[in-house]
Amino acid sequence: MKRVKNFLFLLLAAPAVAMAAGGHSVPLDKAPVNLADNESLQRGARMFVNYCLNCHSAQAMRYSRLQDIGLTEDQIKDNLLFAAEKPGELMKVGMTKADGKAWFGATPPDLSVIARSRGADWLYTYLRSFYRDDTRATGWNNTVFDKVGMPHVMWSLQGEMVPVYKKEGEHEVIERLELAKPGSVTVAEYDAMVGDLVNYLVWMGEPAQVERKQLGVIVLLFLAGFFIIAYYLKKEFWKDVH
Amino acid sequence: MSAMQKLMGWIDDRLPLTATYKAHLSEYYAPKNFNFWYFFGSLALLVLVIQIVTGIFLTMNYKPDSELAFYSVEYIMRDVEWGWLIRYMHSTGASMFFVVVYLHMFRGLMYGSYRKPRELIWIFGVLIYLMLMAEAFLGYLLPWGQMSYWGAQVIVNLFAAVPVIGEDLSIWIRGDYVISDATLNRFFAFHVIALPLVLIALVVVHLVALHEVGSNNPDGVEIKKHKDPVTHIPLDGIPFHPYYTVKDIVGVVVFLMVFSAVLFFAPAMGGYFLEAANFVPADPLKTPEHIAPLWYFTPFYAILRAVPPLFGSQFPGVVAMGLSIVLMFFLPWLDRSKVKSIRYRGPIYKIFLAAFIVSFIGLGYLGLLPSTPVATIFAQVFSVIYFLFFLLMPWYTSIDKTKPEPERVTG
Repeated sequence: MKRVKNFLFLLLAAPAVAMAAGGHSVPLDKAPVNLADNESLQRGARMFVNYCLNCHSAQAMRYSRLQDIGLTEDQIKDNLLFAAEKPGELMKVGMTKADGKAWFGATPPDLSVIARSRGADWLYTYLRSFYRDDTRATGWNNTVFDKVGMPHVMWSLQGEMVPVYKKEGEHEVIERLELAKPGSVTVAEYDAMVGDLVNYLVWMGEPAQVERKQLGVIVLLFLAGFFIIAYYLKKEFWKDVH
Repeated sequence: MSAMQKLMGWIDDRLPLTATYKAHLSEYYAPKNFNFWYFFGSLALLVLVIQIVTGIFLTMNYKPDSELAFYSVEYIMRDVEWGWLIRYMHSTGASMFFVVVYLHMFRGLMYGSYRKPRELIWIFGVLIYLMLMAEAFLGYLLPWGQMSYWGAQVIVNLFAAVPVIGEDLSIWIRGDYVISDATLNRFFAFHVIALPLVLIALVVVHLVALHEVGSNNPDGVEIKKHKDPVTHIPLDGIPFHPYYTVKDIVGVVVFLMVFSAVLFFAPAMGGYFLEAANFVPADPLKTPEHIAPLWYFTPFYAILRAVPPLFGSQFPGVVAMGLSIVLMFFLPWLDRSKVKSIRYRGPIYKIFLAAFIVSFIGLGYLGLLPSTPVATIFAQVFSVIYFLFFLLMPWYTSIDKTKPEPERVTG
């Protein structure tokens, strides 16, 4: 009885406690999302399959759906099917939940709707905010997601970032990150690549969203036309009401 | 006699079809002075139909299983033909139902639609509102996201705050010690069949009671007092069909435009209709940082949090929350004013009603936020105003200076 009451109290007080414990948040950079840009989405899809789809699944997503962003079934088969046999399959991974937990401390989350829970800007900033931290088991930490279990998968592209500290009262806090060892691409190129990847993740979060907005315009136009008819119909009938 | 007339005659001898049509549509006389606020009753009926029809199609593809539920919703969103449209109609419909019902209830408050002889219409209306809240709460567990799970956890735990039987009660509701597969299954059963049946029955009774006494109007005067001496038709009444059917079509079209704007361009409505955290599958081991109920519950959630715990028990808050709804049932007898409509009420009632609306919206806003000491003080002030609106009503409505009501409806 008492335990349940305490639990209830904790639940009700949880938001306040959580805010007090870790209200710290970094300003997020604006992600360059453009779902009309099929080439960007295709580059993003390739990035996703190459870098993410080894540990992270997207189990709500079928490879064949990539036809919506302009890829043919053969292109999908030849270039993107590393972890599946047929384009109709779902984007699953071989790694089990238990393995993920054992290796990274937490199971890598499924990414099907990650853009809908985290938001594009968070993802865009997060993927560009890894830095070297030898106190972490993976050797990496992140300014957006402190003590993250995920290592910097794209380090060979971005290179190695190190933190620059500043004094804030008695504490040392990270002011910004600095590129210590350049990677295989420039900073601008890396930002663009992450931009493509996030663009793809936003699209994958809801593949019907482009069609949804197109249909919405048609529906609203129809209703606007219908409104005119309905309005004059009402006016005609109500002529004799005084 | 044409074949059609013959058929109708045959049916009417066996079933009161024509009589029902006349009583409720073509010869149901509604006041001719309905204004903007009178659209929301028929719109609520429209949303009810939308929810039932889309709900049936969702049920065909949804899996009420804690292992499958989350991804079965995504399956509907991706692989089911028009599944995304059906699902968004249902999720947008849930929020729009409350928008429409809140405006409908506000209309009742403004024009005194709950007053004699419409007490039962009001009581059935409040019951519909209660059922709607239960229906929305049960339905929100089904997508099995983090907010579904933890929102249900918080609400079911409210029952655990009841002294003595609380803990057993909450286990009985969940069917388990935590929200689990058993809970999901029973919530599904209640959401798709039990409550919809009750809801439909209540709506029928609400309408039958309305058509028995006739609709109120913005002037709050009874149109049945002045009837044509020959036809016995109220002089200020017009047949519901065709006059209000054609008028309601205009309202329906405008409403559908708003509905479509949300559905097609902002189905998550910035996190108010579909919360971002609910796109993370339910995890019993990971409490989200901030648990916020959906917007239509937040006024009551704010009242719950505004009441300080007693001996470490949240029970007083739960009682206050329950009371805030129970009080609505007594409204017809709390109001002692000589007039019904706000048009002829005095300044005191207007001030109390305005303060009540501000408090209700204020509570709704505060319920969305994490509680802070300042927010709690505001919530306490708003809660007190909320309760005083009801508790002081017999006093302030009887001393308020009213204007004389007109004999007949005005424009």
